[in-house]
Amino acid sequence: MEERELRALVGQVKAGTLSRRRFVRTMVGLGLTAPMAAQMLASAGIAQAQAKWTFTPTKRGGGGLVKALWWQAPTLLNPHFANGTKDQDACRIFYEPLASFDPDGNLVPVLAAEAPSLQNGQVAKDGMSVTWKLKKNVAWHDGKPFTADDVVFTWEYVMDPATAAVTIGPYQNIVKIDKIDSHTVKIAFKSPTPFWSAAFCGSATGPIIPKHLFQAFKGDKSREAPTNLKPVGTGPFKFLDFKPGDIVRGEINPNYHIPNRPFFDQVEMKGGGDAVGAARAVIQTGEYDFAWNMQVEDEQLKRFEQGGKGRVEITPGGNIEHIQVNTTDPWTEVDGERSSAKTKHPTLSDPAVRQALNLLVDRASVQEEIYGRTGIATANFVNAPSKFVSKNTKFEFNVDKANQILESAGWKKGSDGIRAKDGKKLKFVYQTSINGPRQKTQQIVKQACAKAGIELELKAVTANIFFASDPANPDTYSHFYTDLQMYTTTMTQPDPQRFMDQFTSWEVSAKDNKFALTNKTRWRNEEYDKLWRAAEHEMDPVKRAALFIKMNDLVIQNVVVIPVVARPAVAAVSNRLRDATQSGWDSNFWALAYWSRA
Amino acid sequence: MARVVSETVAGKLAVATAQPRTSLWKETGRRFRRHRLAMVGSVILLGLVIAVLVGPLVWRLPINDIDFKAKLKGPSWSHPLGTDDLGQDLLARMLYGGRISLAVGIAAMLIAITIGTAVGAISGFAGGAVDHVLMRITDMFLALPGLPLLLLIVYLFRDALRKMFGPEAGIFVLIVAVIGGLRWMQVARLVRAQFLSLREKEFVESARSLGARPFRQVVRHILPNSMGPVIVAGTIDVAAAIIAESTLSFLGLGFPPDIPTWGRILFDAKDNLDFAPHWALFPGTAIFLTVLSINYIGDGLRDAFDPRKVLGR
Amino acid sequence: MAGRGGARRHAPRRLPHGMWKYFLRRTLILIPVLFGISAVLFTILVMAPGDPFEELATNPNVPPEVRMNLRAKFGLDDPLPVRYARWVASMMRGDWGFSFVSRVNVDTLILQRLPTTLVVLGSAQLLAILIAIPIGTYSALRPYSLFDQIATTLAFIGFSLPTFFTGLLFILLLSIHLDWLPFIYRADISATGWQWYWEHVRQAIMPVSVLGLAQAASMTRFMRAAVLDVIRLDYVNTARAKGLSEGITLVKHVVRNALIPVVTLVAIQIPTIFGGAIVTEQIFRVPGIGSLLITSILANDTPVVMAVTFIFSILVLLSSLAADMLYAWLDPRISYR
Repeated sequence: MEERELRALVGQVKAGTLSRRRFVRTMVGLGLTAPMAAQMLASAGIAQAQAKWTFTPTKRGGGGLVKALWWQAPTLLNPHFANGTKDQDACRIFYEPLASFDPDGNLVPVLAAEAPSLQNGQVAKDGMSVTWKLKKNVAWHDGKPFTADDVVFTWEYVMDPATAAVTIGPYQNIVKIDKIDSHTVKIAFKSPTPFWSAAFCGSATGPIIPKHLFQAFKGDKSREAPTNLKPVGTGPFKFLDFKPGDIVRGEINPNYHIPNRPFFDQVEMKGGGDAVGAARAVIQTGEYDFAWNMQVEDEQLKRFEQGGKGRVEITPGGNIEHIQVNTTDPWTEVDGERSSAKTKHPTLSDPAVRQALNLLVDRASVQEEIYGRTGIATANFVNAPSKFVSKNTKFEFNVDKANQILESAGWKKGSDGIRAKDGKKLKFVYQTSINGPRQKTQQIVKQACAKAGIELELKAVTANIFFASDPANPDTYSHFYTDLQMYTTTMTQPDPQRFMDQFTSWEVSAKDNKFALTNKTRWRNEEYDKLWRAAEHEMDPVKRAALFIKMNDLVIQNVVVIPVVARPAVAAVSNRLRDATQSGWDSNFWALAYWSRA
Repeated sequence: MARVVSETVAGKLAVATAQPRTSLWKETGRRFRRHRLAMVGSVILLGLVIAVLVGPLVWRLPINDIDFKAKLKGPSWSHPLGTDDLGQDLLARMLYGGRISLAVGIAAMLIAITIGTAVGAISGFAGGAVDHVLMRITDMFLALPGLPLLLLIVYLFRDALRKMFGPEAGIFVLIVAVIGGLRWMQVARLVRAQFLSLREKEFVESARSLGARPFRQVVRHILPNSMGPVIVAGTIDVAAAIIAESTLSFLGLGFPPDIPTWGRILFDAKDNLDFAPHWALFPGTAIFLTVLSINYIGDGLRDAFDPRKVLGR
Repeated sequence: MAGRGGARRHAPRRLPHGMWKYFLRRTLILIPVLFGISAVLFTILVMAPGDPFEELATNPNVPPEVRMNLRAKFGLDDPLPVRYARWVASMMRGDWGFSFVSRVNVDTLILQRLPTTLVVLGSAQLLAILIAIPIGTYSALRPYSLFDQIATTLAFIGFSLPTFFTGLLFILLLSIHLDWLPFIYRADISATGWQWYWEHVRQAIMPVSVLGLAQAASMTRFMRAAVLDVIRLDYVNTARAKGLSEGITLVKHVVRNALIPVVTLVAIQIPTIFGGAIVTEQIFRVPGIGSLLITSILANDTPVVMAVTFIFSILVLLSSLAADMLYAWLDPRISYR
């Protein structure tokens, strides 16, 4: 879709002929994120709707204990050392960012007094700075006041390389932060930054930590801070107890800065076990009120729901399960490494083969039979509800067509039923991590490919090795020493920029960078690189959106990856729990202060 | 006292050892065949083995034919054992996977009890420094954490074995070696304990005083009486090995996840127990039958080799 | 010979003189053996594939330099002997290490889980022994009788079915269908007095039963085989010939000697309390040391794994020693040359 058409859609929302929600979904269907869409609307001056809660309490507390179940247990409570969403969620009980992203991608102020925008002048027109006004009368759990000093300190803490904070990404672009007064900060960027809300927003990278407790533990002393195990934040609950790998407990914060919140007196977050057991505990027995990340087959979830005690909440996000197609040769070693950028894949370089593969993935069956509501068939790399069909990309499952394409490209079936050309056979090794639905998907693809004369050898690697960053281990997904591999890229950042850099040529994963870079398919394309660079500094959200859409189309048309299903966030919620709204762009606990029980 | 001695084992053995060997083997075979349960066990095991070897040639439904319309159906004429959640025929999968499960189970068990019995016997009989060193090695193996060891061994040897034996056989060798290699310690300790106490018993002393050399003492007198725990360990090890293989595949270290070994089918079926119990019932029963048959065969063997046969009371 | 045995039987039960020297020797050798085992363990752990910072690898927010920094900071890129020496040195100082993953002292982690482990897993072992000894003995006294057939069949079912299976069966039956018991184990229950005990018992019933029954299945078989073996042996016949009543024969001779393999088994099982019941702990979410071990292994959190397996090896060596001492006590004729 062109920029022109995007602007027309924005105009329709402004005029009231297109609902905001529909617009956001359409943008997501084109490969953008909801926060980006929200930004596009905000730049046109369209006010965002206020968050609505079904229950408005008249006093704080009195709700008792709320129990939540994660099937990976949190292991530490410093948000800047978080190892995955389990830790981020545990920290979110106690710590808060300046603003959160709601399910539609809007910026909802938490510790900020209001969301900055072009209209209120807090976002600079040249994109070089943004000013945040902080909420007044907010206190840390130990009583000390929350001020601008804490915001500045958080930035310094994260930026210190000796701290080895994992949240450093969005803060690297900041040149300095000026403290204008006790409750105002001005952030100055190194270059024009279209997505200025990357810093300090969202639970993944945004939580603010108290200066007075962490001051003495910056840099290489950071791991010794006692506050790492006994967090002191501004959140709705105060720290009560923590057993790493097992359970986190919090009790109500009587001085919480939002009146009459939270509803519950205590929160408990237990970890460990498996996803199916967690689903049962919430939906079947009602032992728990909430469970995270239901990687469970929808068939089973539906059966559990028949008990009437709980239900499944599905929230669209940016995650996508996709198959990567190797552009290099994983079976030839060059200078001690396989899948070297110096090689070309003998058979997968033929566009006909790629197109055929794209036609052999039965996404509809994968969705219907395996993922159900938890996986939505898609053609785009970044999200697509099946209702919207982009004219550039659509998905199709057609074994006959695949056969035709291969036949006319000169790949003839041999006596063993496998197609070959010039002595090269269409035999591929297809790897993924150990995971029930993934193995089933592999089998479905294998069967379809067999019908087209392509033989797939399936390989499954245990998750913690597949996703390891160990440069010596050949089974990792960064090494990509097979022809095809499949996994879900998580989009933890609402801004697609970081997500799309995995197709740029300077991010090619190789031995000399210890396979730590993000471009695993090793695809290089000049036009893509140009578009990406342009999007980095394009301040107009609509223009920027058009650039991202073009990038997505390039990737899909060249079949660099084959998207399978979009993976929304799936949570199990007790039927008695109210307002436990989930956001695909923020933590499961982003609205914990507003949860209540009927 | 002397009268009692002459009626004891030593007395009988002293007579028996004088006879030629061939009729002893025949005698052993005859005693085995007379043991009713051992025969039942042999029949069952033979049945299972024939089924998995010949079955796939007779029942020709493919094991990975995905048919969503037939998923999770109970036993029927077209699918005698029902189907799983991808609509694949369970009978075909059980027959195919049974080859691997039975082979892994029995091979691993044999490795475990062979190594275990050897180590335990040598240790218990020789005593002294030999006993000490062997037992400390046993302790070390007992202290090793199974999982990291497994991961390491697979990581180090998988490619080499793949080249040597081919992908499937290579993994087979690896798994059998690893599972058997981590279960022999129990057998060793048990056998050693038996040897320690039996070494000093009267009938062994009698044999010694009659001039029997150590090897003879061990094989003819002590070993048959230590077989009790070994047989029990053997039967337990078969089940444990079949299940361990499935745990390994769950961790990515065993056979690829689309190979339907019995333990794997059981694992895949566990989350659908309330909805499709047939899926779990059949592999569970198969493992149970294997264990049962091995146990009865073991009982029969022990009674057959027992020089003072005591059958029932 | 029988005379010598007879004299021993009536003498007071005391360890023979040579045993004390043996005991001393074994205890002294414990230390170097422990070092040897720990070196092997450490090598295996370090060489095994996997990465404690795997989660960071999938996170596009984290620049590669941060991951590399973290690796360097924890000394992950140092050569093996250096890392081992460092570990030994800190163990000597009483510093059991610092978890990579939770940035907490390892001994804190272990101590947090100790009570639960002892209670749940200890009870399971006890249950197993309490079931196995009487049933195994009675089975052996009436081999192939109805009682024996039933007990044997149940035992076979017990160890043909993996714990992930029986655990789930229990959950389906007792938690989901009947709704009698909770199936998620919570170490902190905020109740007081009798209520607190009752809640703890309620949630422990299923994991203890699943584990206990699984152990009991194999132990019963071993007990039965051991008693059967002993019954055949001559000195029992001898004792009978001497005219001792059936009851005394049984207790004094049969059980005592049959206990030898049982002691062996229990000695092997006791260390497995620390890290053997992994599947059961997973299913019921019991925060025991077993689940600590498996999550640390999967997360490549080497300090924690080393500490737990080190304790494990100490227990193995100690129980091995205790078992050997017990053999001599149970059967006075056993001597360690």
